[in-house]
Amino acid sequence: MAKKKENNFESSLARLEEISAQLESGDVGLEDSIRLYEEGIELAKICYSTLKDAELKVTELKKQLEENIKQ
Amino acid sequence: MSEILSVSEITGLVKQTLEDEFDEVSVIGEISNFKAHVSGHWYFTLKDSNAQINCTMWRGLNSYVFFSPKDGMKIIANGKITVYPPRGSYQLDVRSMKPAGVGELQAAFEKLKQKLFEEGLFDEENKKPIPRFPQKIGVVTAIDGAAFQDMKSISSRRYPLAELVIASCRVQGEGAAEEIVKSIKLLNQQNDIDVIVVGRGGGSLEDLWAFNEEIVARAIFASKIPVISAVGHEVDFTISDFVADLRAATPSAAIELATPNKDDLFGYISEFSYYNSQKMFEILRSCRDEVTSHITSYGFRMPQDFIRNKTQYLDSVLYKFSNLADNKIVSGKTRIDLLESKINAMSVDSVLKRGFSYIKQNERVIARMKNFTTEESFLIKFYDGEVKIDGKEERK
Repeated sequence: MAKKKENNFESSLARLEEISAQLESGDVGLEDSIRLYEEGIELAKICYSTLKDAELKVTELKKQLEENIKQ
Repeated sequence: MSEILSVSEITGLVKQTLEDEFDEVSVIGEISNFKAHVSGHWYFTLKDSNAQINCTMWRGLNSYVFFSPKDGMKIIANGKITVYPPRGSYQLDVRSMKPAGVGELQAAFEKLKQKLFEEGLFDEENKKPIPRFPQKIGVVTAIDGAAFQDMKSISSRRYPLAELVIASCRVQGEGAAEEIVKSIKLLNQQNDIDVIVVGRGGGSLEDLWAFNEEIVARAIFASKIPVISAVGHEVDFTISDFVADLRAATPSAAIELATPNKDDLFGYISEFSYYNSQKMFEILRSCRDEVTSHITSYGFRMPQDFIRNKTQYLDSVLYKFSNLADNKIVSGKTRIDLLESKINAMSVDSVLKRGFSYIKQNERVIARMKNFTTEESFLIKFYDGEVKIDGKEERK
């Protein structure tokens, strides 16, 4: 199924998990660790505020679209 | 001789008689030759082992029938007998119908379930996974139903990042199944729906029947988007539930299955922040330890130790050297003293050797006569010996 846009929240969370795993692995040098950590904290902040400020959106698919299906 | 009647006259009398007499009848029988005409009217035959009767059910009336009549299904039809003069036939004009018993519906349910099962529509391997973080949740239910209100409030509470896209449809009565199918297809035509919830709130077996229809089951199976079925209450099982990718007990539960919980996510995010901060401290600490260990390592200490060793060596050399010097000075001095006394002795001896002598009185060398007294004893020193001479006092 084609996606119209990237799921930012989901990809941010996935990136967080990735960063966590990389930090955990211990294979990353100090400079890279610091860079990853900073990126992670920034992502965590964004995820947090995105979730906090979100409001549910409801859309109704219109009847004229339904007409297309009758073909 | 009775009155001679025209065909129309006798038919009119039969029509009047029959329609008066059988204005309200209930007939039990098995459906055969069922046909739903494009006009919306239904035509079928009701039969038992010995007889049959033609039936019609007009559009509008049949929209109240909650199930799809099928050949072989035993029903109770309510209606009146009507006569159709052009064909000289009579028929049952059905106003309402219901399955002959719950057993009848149950049998239809079991039959369809078995059929779809054998076709593989319920197979586990055909189940699509439900995405963890849906952006758009398609909803197939009545937009004005309580179920949809519940779904909105649960979505809003759990995961307001999602968008509910409702393809509203009737969920009970005749035509409900068709509308449900249409809504599922409509959502599949959108290209950004992540998961579909198909369902409705609780009701009687008849109310839920649309979700037992074959066309609904096939539409759910054909959906490219994962479908969660949520019909009625915990105890209600429908064909939709079996064929869907996931069964939820209620519409609210379906939303809970379709969405992550906001509180869990907050927990996860703060756990990440905490954990990774800890991890970062750990990394920094281990780097610092590493640097420290290098600094204090043998290799790193070498130059320092080298200097210390050399310093120590130098000190010891210096010490030795100064000792040596001191010793030399001391021994030199001793030798000088010795030589001096020797020199002294030798100078006296050489004089004595040449035949001189000297006088010692009271342990002193007497070099002048004024220091000499005859009263006391004295020594005359020769080169080869000495003579003691007593003084006058001793000689008396």
